Amino acid sequence: MAKVPADLKYTREHEWAKAEGTTVRVGITEYAQEQLGDVVFVELPAVGAKVAQMQGFGVVESVKAVSDLFAPLDGAVALVNEALRDAPELVNQDPYGRGWMIVITPSRPAQLDALMTAKQYEDFLAGGAS
Amino acid sequence: MRHRLFPRDGAVKQRGGARRSVSLYHGVVVNEALRRTPLYAAHLAAGARMVPFGGWEMPVQYSSILEEHRRVRRAVGLFDVSHMGEFEVAGPGAIGALQYLTTNDAAALDVGQVQYSLLCSPAGGIVDDLTVSRLDDDRFMLTVNASNIETDWAWVTGHSRGDARWRNISAETALLAVQGPRAEPLVADLADCDVKSLGYYRFRDGAVAGLRALISRTGYTGEDGFELYVAAPDAERLWRTLLDRGAPAGIAPVGLGARDTLRLEMRYVLYGNDIDQTTNPLEAGLGWVVKPAKGDFIGRDAIEKMRAAGIPRKLVGFEMVDRAVPRHGCRIVKEGRAVGVVTSGTYGPSVDRYIGIGYVETPLSAVGSEIQVEVRGVPQTARVVKTPFHPSNVKKS
Repeated sequence: MAKVPADLKYTREHEWAKAEGTTVRVGITEYAQEQLGDVVFVELPAVGAKVAQMQGFGVVESVKAVSDLFAPLDGAVALVNEALRDAPELVNQDPYGRGWMIVITPSRPAQLDALMTAKQYEDFLAGGAS
Repeated sequence: MRHRLFPRDGAVKQRGGARRSVSLYHGVVVNEALRRTPLYAAHLAAGARMVPFGGWEMPVQYSSILEEHRRVRRAVGLFDVSHMGEFEVAGPGAIGALQYLTTNDAAALDVGQVQYSLLCSPAGGIVDDLTVSRLDDDRFMLTVNASNIETDWAWVTGHSRGDARWRNISAETALLAVQGPRAEPLVADLADCDVKSLGYYRFRDGAVAGLRALISRTGYTGEDGFELYVAAPDAERLWRTLLDRGAPAGIAPVGLGARDTLRLEMRYVLYGNDIDQTTNPLEAGLGWVVKPAKGDFIGRDAIEKMRAAGIPRKLVGFEMVDRAVPRHGCRIVKEGRAVGVVTSGTYGPSVDRYIGIGYVETPLSAVGSEIQVEVRGVPQTARVVKTPFHPSNVKKS
């Protein structure tokens, strides 16, 4: 079963969200990178761009597929992982660490509480993730 | 995540009931009557991710597409391509039938030689690309694309002329490809005949691992290697023996995902993506297998007229300058005007670039020409480059 760190929150679109003081770091889960296969390209927004919960903020491409990325909460992009430009494989190698994608300054931080816990995400995966 | 998949699957025939297949991408359940090769169980045992391809359930990858691709270029990889079709044509009329049906000159083949060729329609469109192997003076084998087996069979038997006996041996024939710089010592070790001296696009009848095989020095990767035609019941044993005896050389199974990145780096066309009935050999860069001087064949007149009139568009290779992944169907534009379309695109692991091939208006087809590829509606700069993208390492002569 794919790794699901206990200290993160999760979405049904297989993103993870990590509270870091006043900001929230976002990436895709181990399950998502396994399903995708080799990531060869990541398209991320510019710093300052607005994101809205469950709206697309970018795209992750593997050799065979193109997948949209969905923001777990409303806010503005504070940081973008520039390392993914030349090393998109970081998403496969370390999806919860060096494969992080954006950091958001949330406009409604309470949205984080409504996301799935690790246990809920595990159950979601076990139930077929649909 | 919601996935959009590339490349498009070939013509998949929908038939009622039958086998449901869960595709690679979560949540997408495909209800098709998919065929399986004799190695289906072996693929599952090796951890393959199976996907629909041309009406077959095939392994797209076992570990990682990029890793499998690199393994073929650096060591040796093993492919199951048993889904492809094989026809035999024999008799005093065989050569005449072949000459009429195909564009290349089959009469120029020695016994033991292979040629790449095309089946064309009267309008000069491409029905299929294939190889023709001369088994004897009056006996030939055609190797055709998996997605076209039924249509090609109807085509060749429907248009055959003279005293030629056709047999569709696809179901009883398995095909394994061993490709990479370490392929020769491995196959030589297991073969009962000399394969080191076997030239490129030549074949020999012999045995590999004690199993009767037609050993052909051909492939779809740009590396040295062999395609081994064996009886379907022998496929699994040959597969396991190659994996076993090739282990010290680093052999592993390679799926269709890496097969696609390998061939694209060599600018080899894929039927259904780059060529089909709406494309002609001249614009596709396949004029070199069209030999009008050999005599009449289906499509010859139409192709000659096209040659005389000039070709308005050409299939070219290009490299992205802006960072974006070109994909089948992406429009090619120049200063806001649509000038072409991408037919295949990917990340090329051996060239470490985003590359693609596509049709562009002839005036824009020269090497160095700057074009734009529309990815998600945004024009991204690309440049026409020389192909192949990666140097060929096939056996010289």
